[in-house]
This record gives sequence, C-alpha cells and structure tokens, in this order.
Amino acid sequence: MKKLLTRHETYVFLAIVVFSIIITSINPSFFTIENLFDLLKSYSLMGTFAIGMLFVLISGGIDISFTATATITGYVVAVLLLKYGEGLNILSVFLIAGGIGILLGLFNAVIIYFFKIPSIITTIATLNIYYGILTVVSKGKWLYGFPTWFGDFNNIRVFTLYTADGNPYGLSIITVIWFALILIGWFILRYTILGRSIYAMGGNPASAQRAGFNLLGLNLFVYSFMGLMAGIGSVIQALLVQTVAPNSLVGKEMDVIAAVVLGGASLTGGTGTMLGTILGVTLIAIMGNGLTLMHVSSLWYKVIIGFVILVSVGVSAYRSKRSTRKHIITEVN
Amino acid sequence: MAEPFLALRKVSKHYAGVTALDKVDFDIQKGEIHCLAGENGSGKSTIIKIISETVKADPGSVIEIKGHAVHGNKAIDAINKGIQVIYQDPSLFPNLTVAENIALGGFVASHRKLINWKELRRGAEKAMARIDVRLPLDAIVREISIADQQLVAICRALTRDVELLIMDEPTASLTKKEVDSLLAVVTDMKSKGIATMFVSHKLNEILQIADRVSVIRDGKMVGTYPGSELNDEKLTILMTGKKVEYQRFVAGKNGNNPILECQWLSRRGEYKDINFKLFPGEILGITGLLGSGRTELALSLFGISQPDTGEILFNGKPVNIRSIQDAMRLGIAYVPEDRLTQGLVNNQSVGKNIIVTTLDSLVNRFKLLDQGKVTDSIQRWIKDLTIKIPSVESPVQTLSGGNQQRVVLAKWIATQPRVLILDGPTIGIDVAAKFDIHKIIRELAEKGIAIILISEEIPEVYNNCNRVLVMHKGCILGEYDTRQATQEDIQNHVNGAY
Amino acid sequence: MLRKFSHFLVLLAVMVFIMFLMWGFTGHDFMNLGNFQSMAYQMPELGVLSLAMMIAMLTSGINLSIIATANLSGIVIALILTTYLSPDAVGGSTFWVIVIAILAGLIVSALVGALNGFLIAVLEISPILATLGTMIMISGISIVLTEGYVISGFPTAMLAIGNGDLLGIPIPILVFLGCAVIMSVILNNTPLGTRIYLLGSNPIACFYSGVDNRSVLFRTYIISGLYSGVAAVIMISRFNSAKADYGESYLLLTVLAAVLGGVSAAGGFGRVSGLFLSLVILQMISSGLNLMGISNFLTLALWGIVLIFVMVVNYFIENQQQGRRIA
Repeated sequence: MKKLLTRHETYVFLAIVVFSIIITSINPSFFTIENLFDLLKSYSLMGTFAIGMLFVLISGGIDISFTATATITGYVVAVLLLKYGEGLNILSVFLIAGGIGILLGLFNAVIIYFFKIPSIITTIATLNIYYGILTVVSKGKWLYGFPTWFGDFNNIRVFTLYTADGNPYGLSIITVIWFALILIGWFILRYTILGRSIYAMGGNPASAQRAGFNLLGLNLFVYSFMGLMAGIGSVIQALLVQTVAPNSLVGKEMDVIAAVVLGGASLTGGTGTMLGTILGVTLIAIMGNGLTLMHVSSLWYKVIIGFVILVSVGVSAYRSKRSTRKHIITEVN
Repeated sequence: MAEPFLALRKVSKHYAGVTALDKVDFDIQKGEIHCLAGENGSGKSTIIKIISETVKADPGSVIEIKGHAVHGNKAIDAINKGIQVIYQDPSLFPNLTVAENIALGGFVASHRKLINWKELRRGAEKAMARIDVRLPLDAIVREISIADQQLVAICRALTRDVELLIMDEPTASLTKKEVDSLLAVVTDMKSKGIATMFVSHKLNEILQIADRVSVIRDGKMVGTYPGSELNDEKLTILMTGKKVEYQRFVAGKNGNNPILECQWLSRRGEYKDINFKLFPGEILGITGLLGSGRTELALSLFGISQPDTGEILFNGKPVNIRSIQDAMRLGIAYVPEDRLTQGLVNNQSVGKNIIVTTLDSLVNRFKLLDQGKVTDSIQRWIKDLTIKIPSVESPVQTLSGGNQQRVVLAKWIATQPRVLILDGPTIGIDVAAKFDIHKIIRELAEKGIAIILISEEIPEVYNNCNRVLVMHKGCILGEYDTRQATQEDIQNHVNGAY
Repeated sequence: MLRKFSHFLVLLAVMVFIMFLMWGFTGHDFMNLGNFQSMAYQMPELGVLSLAMMIAMLTSGINLSIIATANLSGIVIALILTTYLSPDAVGGSTFWVIVIAILAGLIVSALVGALNGFLIAVLEISPILATLGTMIMISGISIVLTEGYVISGFPTAMLAIGNGDLLGIPIPILVFLGCAVIMSVILNNTPLGTRIYLLGSNPIACFYSGVDNRSVLFRTYIISGLYSGVAAVIMISRFNSAKADYGESYLLLTVLAAVLGGVSAAGGFGRVSGLFLSLVILQMISSGLNLMGISNFLTLALWGIVLIFVMVVNYFIENQQQGRRIA
C-alpha cells in the first residue's frame, strides 16, 4: 500500500478518476461504453506513437522526428494504395509502413551512436530532412480515394453492440491493434533481457558499456522500434481518416512527448512504464473528450491541457525535491 | 612460488608520445590480497585499463593469465577470464533494483533472451550469500547507501566466475565502519581463493590485510613489498620518491577577540552542542571520520543549512547566516570537499572560475564588466598563487589537481575573507603539491585570516593547525593544542571513538 | 577555447562554400543588393527567436515556449492596435498608441518569461517540461483570445517596422542586429552573462561559489521571453496580422540554428557570433534555393543536412584534439 503511494502511476490514475467523476456528473453520456470505445479508437494513434516514445525516453534519448517518419510511411502507403490498391492487403500495408519506419529509425540511431550527437539535435535535423524531402516529393498534395477494402477494415468491430436507437457500436479492430502493441511493448520491457538492458542503458550508459552491454544494438533497436511504431501509427491514421496529408502530423511530436511524460517517464532516461504511458494517454484523451461533453468551448482545450501538464510536472518535481537533499538549488539536468 | 594468476611482463603504454607505463613487471597470485599504490598520474589507472582489456598495451608487452598470453581487447573478454573491476563510482544502474544490478549482467553475457525473475532473484541471493551480506533485493539502488552500493558491485562480480577482483579507490567514500566490513568481505573472499587487487593512493586501512603491496611511480614499478613491512610513512616515501619534512605551524598573535564563535550549535541528525571560538590568524583543525558532522557543521557556517538551535557570533555579534550570500557578506569563505563537482566548473576557463565570486565588484559605472579589472584580478591571483596554466582561457579540467585547488583558493581569497573554511583541501592531490597548498594556507593565516581546516588525515591537521577539534557522531569530543598533544593522542582519540 | 574557435572556422568555411555554390548556381541573381536586402528582411524573425532560444540553452535549459510567447504578445499588440486605431490612422497619437501596444506586448512576453522562470528556478521543474507546459497553455490562451481567427489591419506606421528601411537598410535587420549586440553584451560584458555560462556547465559549483542560481535562471527566462516579444513585433508587422499558431515551425529551427552556431546542447558554451554565422548560412541556403525556383521545403531538408554535417565535422575535430591531449 505504501509502495502504491510512491508510484507516479497512482497519481495519474487518481487524476483520471477525479476527471471522470466531474465529467460524468455534468454529462452522463461520458461514462458509457459507446463513448469509451470511441475514445479508445480515436486515441489509438497517439497511443501507438507513445509506445515508441516510451522506449526512446527510457533509453535516455528522445525522438522528435517520428512525425516526419510517420508522414513518409503514410505517404508511401497511400501512393501504393492508389496505384496497386486491390493487389495489397492490410498486412502488407503494415509491413511496408513498418519497414520504412524501421529504416528511418536506424538512420537516426546510426548518427546518434557513431557521432555522439545528442538525440534531440539529431532528430530535429532528421525531422527537417525527412519532412522537407517528403513535402518536395509529394508537392504537399493530399491523397484520398483508397480502395474499399481499406475503408472497410477501418469499420471492423471485434464485437458489436447496439444503442437504444439501434445504432451499432463496438470495439474497433484499430483499438485491438493498439492493445496488441501495448502488450508486446510491455512484454519486451518487463520480460526480456533487451527490455531490461534498455532500462539499464538509460539509467547509466557508462556502466552499461563497462558491463559489456551492446550499446550500438540497443540504440539501433530503440530508434527502429520508434520508427516501427511511427509506421504503424501512420497506417492507423490513414485508416481513421481515409486521407493522407503531408502536414497532418506536424507539430504532434510535443503532444506525444507530453503524454508519455505525464505517465511518469523521465526525460533523463531509465524510468517509465507501459502502464504509466497508457494512463498518460488516457488522461489527455478524457480531458479532450470531456471538455467537449461538458460543452466547454474547444478553444479552452490547450489551456487546460497545458495547465494539467504544469501541475503534474510541478507535483513530481516537488516530490523529488523533497526526497533528495534540499540544499542543492539546481541539479544537473 | 606457484604459477601466478596474472602476470605482467615488460608492459609499456604510450599515449601520443607520453609514457604512461614503462616496462612494468607485476604479478598477482591466486587468492592473494595485493595493493597497487601510487600517486595520481603514476600509471595506476592505466594498469587497470590494461588488465581489464579496455586499453591495449604497446607491442612487446606480455600479459599472462594462468600462464597463457592474452590478446583480448574488449571488457567482456577480461570478464570471461575471471577478472572484474569495481570502479570508484561503483558503475551501477541507479534506476534498477539490487537484484537486477547483481544478476542482470550474467543474463546478458549468457546471450539469453528472456528474463526469469525468480531465477534472477535466486542468482542475486546466491551471490550475497557467498560473502554473507543481506541487502533488500527489491530496493532501488539509487536509494541505498554508497557502502551498500559497493557491496552490490562486489556481489555482481561474484555472480560470474571471478578469480581476480580489482577495486579502484574503494575506501574513498566510506566511513571507518564501512571500510572494516569491506575488509572483512575481502578477507572472506581470500579464503575462497579469490584474489583482490586494491588500487589506491591512501592505504592505511588496507595495509593491515594486504599480503603484498606494489608501488608505482611515474609509470615505473618501484617494487613489491610484503604488507607487514610497510607503514603509511614508508609508503609515502616510496610513492613520491622523497621524504617530506613537515614544519609545525605556530599561530601568530592576532588579537584576543574571536572572529567567529559557535555557542551550543545543533542541527538534528547532523551535529549537536557545538561550542568553539575561532581567532584571527589561527588555523583550527577539525578532524573526524566521514559522517562525524565535520562537513555538516561547515555547511551551516557557510549558510547552506541552518542550525536548529544555538548561536553563531561573528566579531562578537550574533548573526543569522541564512544563505551563502549572507556568509559571503560577513567574509566567510568555504572551499568544498568535492572539488570536481562543488568546487569548480570544470570545463570552463580558469579566468571565469576565478572571478565568479567577485563579479559584482568588477563592473564599471554602467554595471558592465570592466575588462581591465577582470584581467587584472585574474592575473593577480594566478601570480599570487603561482597557478601554472597555458592560458587563462584553458578549461580548469586540463589542470593538475594541485593547480585546480589553487584556482578554488584563488576565487575565495579574491573575496578577501576573514574566515576561510577548507574542507579536505588536499584530497586527491600529490604529496608535493599538497605541501605547497599547506604553505599557501599558512601564509593566509599569517595575514590574519582565521582558518578552519577540516580533514580526516590526522598528520595534516596536526602539522598545520595550532588547535585541533575531534568530532564524532556530531559532537566535539575534545580539543587539542598541537604544541602539547602528540599526533598519537589525537589518532587514538579518533580511533577510540568506536 | 580551441574547440570553439575551430567551430567558428568550420562555420566560416561552410558559409563561404555555400555562398560560392549559390553564386555558381544562380549567377548574378544571388550576388546582388536586391537579394541581400530580401535576405535581410527574412532573417530577423528566426534570428531574434534563435537568440531567445540560445540564452535558455546556455543555462543547459531550453525554451519551447518562445513561439507561443511571441504569438501571444503579437496578439496583445494586434488587439490593442485594431481596437484603438483604424488601418489608415496617421499622426502623433497613432505613434503613441503603437508605442503603448508594443510595450504591452513586451510586458506580456516578459510575464510569460517570468512564469517560466518561476517554474524552472523556484519549483525546479526541468526546463523542457516546464516550457512544454507553458507552450501549450500560452498558445491555448492565444486561441481563446482570438477564437482561432486572424487579427489583421494595422496602421502603416506599424507596418514600417517589418517592411520599411533606413537608408536602404531594412529595419528588421537593424532590430535584429540591435538584439544580437545587446545579447552579446549581456553574455560577455555583464556579471549575469558570466554566471549564465558557469551555471550552464555546473550549477552545483555555481551554488557553492555564492551564485544565486534562482535569480540567474529567472532573469534568463525573462530575457528569453522579452526576445520572443521583440520577434513578435517584427512578425506581426511583416504579416500585417497576428494569429495563435503563426510560425510554429520556427520552434525546432531555432534549436537547429543555435546548435549549428555552436551552442552546446548540454549548456555552457556558445557565442552570438557563431549564431550569427549560422543564421547567415541558413538564410543563404533558403534564398539561393528560392532563386533557383526550388521548393522551400527542400530548404528544410538542406538545413538539417548542414546541421548534421557540421556536427559530424566537429565530432572528428574534437576526437583528434582529445587524442592529442590524452595522457
């Protein structure tokens, strides 16, 4: 019990509960299975990106370029769908997007590892490179009119329920894909040597090197995994909106980082859990959804999200300040 | 003698023209406790790097393990041959649990893919049982003490088939009690046939249990001696190649009014009922072991922490020192114990480091830095303290330990302090440079500055101070006048405190 | 010292190389007064914002809220201007309204800076998280204030700041040069500047040297906020409008420009002169490609490539120097 109180996840969970109660008391339609399923589907994209970001943050790095990676993979997939639409299937689409994502991630890892350039700098540079090239190649055009099977896949429900007035709803296949990715990510972090090595490297890279860990391999894995999630995310995005636009993901990188950090991952590496990340995404999701349901103007959305982030990081800064020696004014970042 | 576990024959190492090691011969027997002693920069760490195969020796060098020549060049190769190094910072993963820190490396080395948490815990428990220690398996390493962290590092080494454990400066950050239990662990390992090599420049505790001691100086092996034949003094002569004669310090007459006085000063968990007076022109020694409250007391005098009860009188008037800025306004300066993180901004220039304390007085009427004043001030202190540097723009990290400490002294002397508190001013500094630092301190005292010299080295306080306070568990146990007491008196008092 | 100097030389070489490259590709179009003038109109926005980013990075922090701050103060200025003046207003009172509007905008930006300073210096939140939070919150406030719309229609006197010239020299570049000189003086000629560099390298040693770290950080983020406010004035005057999400793509570019200019991502090192060269390089690439009729998105890609190139060159130079120093 005492251990529960020291965990970051507990506080995020409590925040979710409090928000849910407030929202439900104002608009009971929040607390319905229908709304829940909707929410899970529409936040699968952010959730997928967040899984990749969690891995990168735990390893002690950061990746800003994943939105550009996802834009590229999404665009390639869209072009292929328009050209060979009926010849492809959903699996091949995911494989193509994932494969390209992995390649772009590997490029990041190689630069970060071999030239010792900080990951934030490297990925800001590659963000511009990936995005710049894509925009030139695509000429900024939106792509739509995908084959029907691609649209149909988006509507698959694992099981279907009906509302009082007879409208169907249910758990979307997209949500299931997200859940599967969560499980895979959780398993890697918790039960594989690879996952624990990522934590170890994030905690103390110098020790990891001395202990004979393969840092190159770990870096390659972490950034290509982020690339893979970006690729999968881009397909989810294409499924959700049935359109691919070169600029639809730009600027989302900070939202994803914010969600993962809300979930307790540290930017200095070595800490963060899959559960926390899901909770962080959930918190952001229900705040966005809740404001709409409470009929608060959507104009206020960012103000409130920003405020919640500040309160959350403020509280955890205060807690860590109290637990460390208090006479050092500023720790080395 | 039986075939040694490890033998180095004519091992040399040159870095870009600089000789780090020059034809060193050296061996370690199975199950032996061997000390490698030498000053900073003598080549100790190069030997560790060569043995642990993170650095390759020059061609012509021969390294043999159990009679077989080795040519590996990866840390993991040495680990597989039964050699493990525990570095000064124990190189742990602060964010992982004790169990993981102990057992994870073994899992990685065995090329397995999955973790079996039960097996991992069992492995960790087994390693701890080998040296009879009990640590909570699920504790996060960041949250346990430094001494426990070192035990974790030892346990981690023991999960592999270790035959030689190398410990780099293992006792530097441990209390006396922790050192004793560490030595017990090492003796225990010896009985199990594991050799230990201590690498250190401070060996007084370790000498008791060492079988042999090898001394290295300027990259050359001076010789190997049975541990029982050496004492601190002999060792110092071997390490430095010269005999340093201490001249006793005698305080000048600088008035009868104390500049600083503590009355019944207490701070919970740190120090209790501290009473002393400090006079201008004297050097007051405070000695005691790590955790005796010596540093904590200094931090309160410097405004970093506040005493709970009691009073500090400055120049006879009660004062409230609530911040470093308050302390500096009174004329109190503090040279911290940890020079590299607290004392200096390592990668910045010597010049910036010197002027940081006096920036506000180096401005013109537009509140802009007066470059003339800045240059004058920097040059003056470099000259006064004979700091040897290529240029004022050189980063501090390129300086020797002695010159670095002079930079720290310079920045505080520049504030024209009336009370100068020196916390371990010669830690990690070579004997010759140490001597020069002591000279500077004495000259400052002669100029009328009141000095508090905190050190755990009793010869240092005995020779340089006119009075010495012995602290233990936060209390002052006794005061000695160095004209009357002998060094042994103080030593016995400190040791007797157990 | 050597390191920083060599970085400057690398930048200089890159700049000369790119200048000749662009000259070769575009001929007279590149090497003429008109082109340099148009570059001088474009560079200042990114330039002033990069200075705002730089000072935060020197303390080993970062300020992700600079664009949001600029937009908010731009909106405040725009709201005051459009409320009290019509686009064709002229005369003395117009001038004073503009002055008051700009002052109000700068005060707002300083207040946002103070909020960041409070979060980072007093609450000890890591700068990247604190400014991420304020970035989202401040841009939210801008959205609420404008309801997401564009505010436009300023008097001509206001537009002169972004589009006019003084003896043929564009006013924005004068503003930028003024900002750069002031930043250089702050960093090199004030006690605060020295403390910023030292704090960026080792806050603990600074603390033990009697530096009031809180005050240094607090002032740093207020200055960073103020510079964002100055950028806002140039921006809204050039666009003749203000909006909650203008220039969002500038955010990461300021980090890029600063790092290219030699500002260390770990803090403690970086000079205004290096940043200036870096901005010139970026602007020359952009203008050159523009003259060649190539999409300005390729510019982004090239900027990224130049950054990685310079960092890799630095890596090799540093490696070599370290090899020589090791002993």
